[in-house]
Amino acid sequence: MMNFIAIILICTGLFFSLVGAIGAIRLPDFYSRSHALGVMDTLGTLLILGGLASYYGLSVVTAKLFMIIMFFYLANPTITHVLTRAAFKSGLKPWSQDLL
Amino acid sequence: MNTFFLLALSLLIIILPCYLFRAIKGPNLFDRLIGLNGIASKSIIFLALLGAMTGQLDMFLDICLGYAALNLVGALAVGKFLEKRKPS
Repeated sequence: MMNFIAIILICTGLFFSLVGAIGAIRLPDFYSRSHALGVMDTLGTLLILGGLASYYGLSVVTAKLFMIIMFFYLANPTITHVLTRAAFKSGLKPWSQDLL
Repeated sequence: MNTFFLLALSLLIIILPCYLFRAIKGPNLFDRLIGLNGIASKSIIFLALLGAMTGQLDMFLDICLGYAALNLVGALAVGKFLEKRKPS
């Protein structure tokens, strides 16, 4: 039963990671790309690590996995925010329809 | 379950060159940085799944935690440094 939950969680996480990768290639602008990457990457990583935690049950490994999950949940949106803020402050223009 | 981890790893190997493409070809510096961030998070997943496949997950998770901390510090430093620059 735990194997089943782990497989479902890891497959969902891989799907979100794939969507984030496609967004990183296909989207036109730095801001939209950072949107796709920041949101989808965080969700996919959290789902995959949560799937591993549910596969291993209650042990020391799950405590370490929970630590990594909390750290990543705080760190990855912070990185995206800092990079987007630096891009906006240094004067990078957002993509718009007029540029075509 | 081992076969499933192997399949997930091969799908991750397909996903990773997308971020590498963005890190190499990105029009300005921030695109390269965000591609690098994506590569870092994908390699965290990669290390965790590899540890689950080989059965030594506790050792690989320490490497994951160090990699995540290094990625956070590096991205924060570069982002703070680049705030007053013109994008090139």
